This record gives sequence, C-alpha cells and structure tokens, in this order.
Amino acid sequence: MKTATDQAIEGFRARAAEEGLLDVAYTTADSPFGPLLLAQTRRGLIRVGLPNQNRDELLVEIAARVSPRVLEAPAELDEVRRELDLYFEGNLDHFDLPLDWRLSSGFRQRVLRAINRIPYGQTRSYTEMARKAGNERAVRAAGSACGSNPIPLVVPCHRVLRTGGALGGYGGGLPMKQALLELEGVLGEGSSA
Amino acid sequence: MTALPPFQTVLDEHSAAVMAILQGAVGRDAAEDCFQETFLAALRAYPKLGDARNLRGWLLTIAHRKAIDHHRARGRNPIPVAEVAEVAVENGIPERDEELWAAVGTLPPKQRAVVALRYGSDLPHTEIAAALGCSPEAARRNLHEGLKRLRKELA
Repeated sequence: MKTATDQAIEGFRARAAEEGLLDVAYTTADSPFGPLLLAQTRRGLIRVGLPNQNRDELLVEIAARVSPRVLEAPAELDEVRRELDLYFEGNLDHFDLPLDWRLSSGFRQRVLRAINRIPYGQTRSYTEMARKAGNERAVRAAGSACGSNPIPLVVPCHRVLRTGGALGGYGGGLPMKQALLELEGVLGEGSSA
Repeated sequence: MTALPPFQTVLDEHSAAVMAILQGAVGRDAAEDCFQETFLAALRAYPKLGDARNLRGWLLTIAHRKAIDHHRARGRNPIPVAEVAEVAVENGIPERDEELWAAVGTLPPKQRAVVALRYGSDLPHTEIAAALGCSPEAARRNLHEGLKRLRKELA
C-alpha cells in the first residue's frame, strides 16, 4: 500500500524531472557482485559506485562536487541499467553511454579517457596508459588514476594490468577484477596472476 | 557553513513532517499538491541556501507559504476560473501563438481544457482540478499528456 506521502513524492520527482531540476539522478542496480550505485547528470553517467563502496558517502561527495540537487530517480537510469545487465550477461562488448568526466581532471582524466578506449576483452599495462596520457614515466600516477576511476565497469579500468600481466589493484577488490576479465574471456576460469 | 547534503536526504528526513503539517493546514486532498509545490520550490532554491543547519525549519516555512497560497487561491475564487487572460478568447482558448493554440485546439477535450486553464488562465493544478471536477493528479496527468502531444505536434 502506497501512503499519501509516497504518492506525493512520486509526483514531485516526476515534476522535478520535467522542470529540469534533476542535476544528479541516481539509483541502485543489482549486479552479480552486489548492488551498484549509478549516478547521472544531464551530461551523462558521472559515477558508478561498486558494491564495497559506501553509497551515502559517494552521494555526499557528489552533492559537494557537482550539485546538491541529488535525487533518487530510477527511471532516469534505465538505459544505463539495461546496458550493464547485458554486459554482465556477456551480451554487450561496448557501452554506448554519454559520460560526464567532471569528477576527474588533468592527467588523471587523460589516463581515464585512454582507458575508455581499451577494447572489450583486451588488456593494457599501467605504463602504456601513462604514455597515452602524455607522460610515460608517471606510471604510479597512472595507477592511482585507475584507482580513483569514478566510472568503473563502464570506463574499464579492470582491463589495466601490471607490465608482465599481474592483476595490479582494483577498487572493487581483486576477485571482482579477476571475474570481469574472465567474463571478457581474457583470463581462463580459475587462473590467477 | 555546513555543506548541503544530497537533496534526497532532505526529502527522506522531512517529507513525513511536511505532509503532516500540510494535511492539517489544507486538508488531505489538497495536501499532495501543496507538498509537491513545497518540495519543488525547495529544490529550486536549494543550491543557493547558505546554511544547512535548519533544513526542517526552512522546509516548514515554505510549506506554510504554500498553504497560504492555497487558501488565497480558494478565497478569491467563488467560481472556479478566477482570472481570465486579457486577450481575445475563442472557444475558451486565448489567442496568442496561432500555430501553438491551433494545435491545442486539436487535443482531446480534457487535455485541451487543462492546457488552456494552466497556460491561458495561469491556474495552479488544484484550481484546474476544482474547475474540471477531477483530482489534481488527473489534471496534472492530462496536462502532461497534452504537453507531450503538443511537443510532438510542433516539433
């Protein structure tokens, strides 16, 4: 049973969207790894929160850095959820989503944009990413750019490995990185680096 | 200065209080519309709000103003349509943008009436609902459908 307040909130949300007041719309979506936070601005997807990250903290950060007009609005993220579902089923090898890069800047953003061009099922090294971003010697900075990726999964930082093939790190934990690479057919089941 | 929390937090924490106050002030039927007007006004102003310490007081002040607006609108309307736009009117639809209003004229009756009352006579949803004898929700739905259709027509 929906209460009068629930119904009023629903109407409010629809009208806020109609008036263009949803600076940041977010929802949570199921994934094989646990719930994901998805947040989007009018420019595009701005944040993907992985299951091990604190949803409330991420939203507070978005409110401070982008706009405090942050509202839960699942319908606004239907397309993002649809593409992620297909990806997890192994039925999507290229995300076709507008992205909002505002949460990264400078060298970090250049690294992330380079990562965004790594094709499905392929991997690159942190060194290559540093070179692509314009400073081959900044390998450590490239690594930390991966670690700070605001849009993981869609911007595929899981495809970046250490030179020699060791997994390196992952914000969502190494088992998740390994599973994603297995999904994409890069690593065989049960292989470890 | 305290940083502003995500607006969703404000909504989660204070929606019940705002609804309770409004139901008391304007009654159950009108409360929903006043609730939406309250939170829309709050959301519009939110980024410029300097101080996040008394969000509840701020919201309740807005709700109070919306309740007063509601009573005023009622008071000055012994008949449902209060203000008629000061332009030539045919079929209840003011003539302004020829093409636009011609398109309005082709809408189904309910949608046409709602669009005309909203934009021709500048009535809020509650008054449109009163004028047409439907719920504010139905008025809004008709308005939404009507506008969607117009956008398609005129695109």
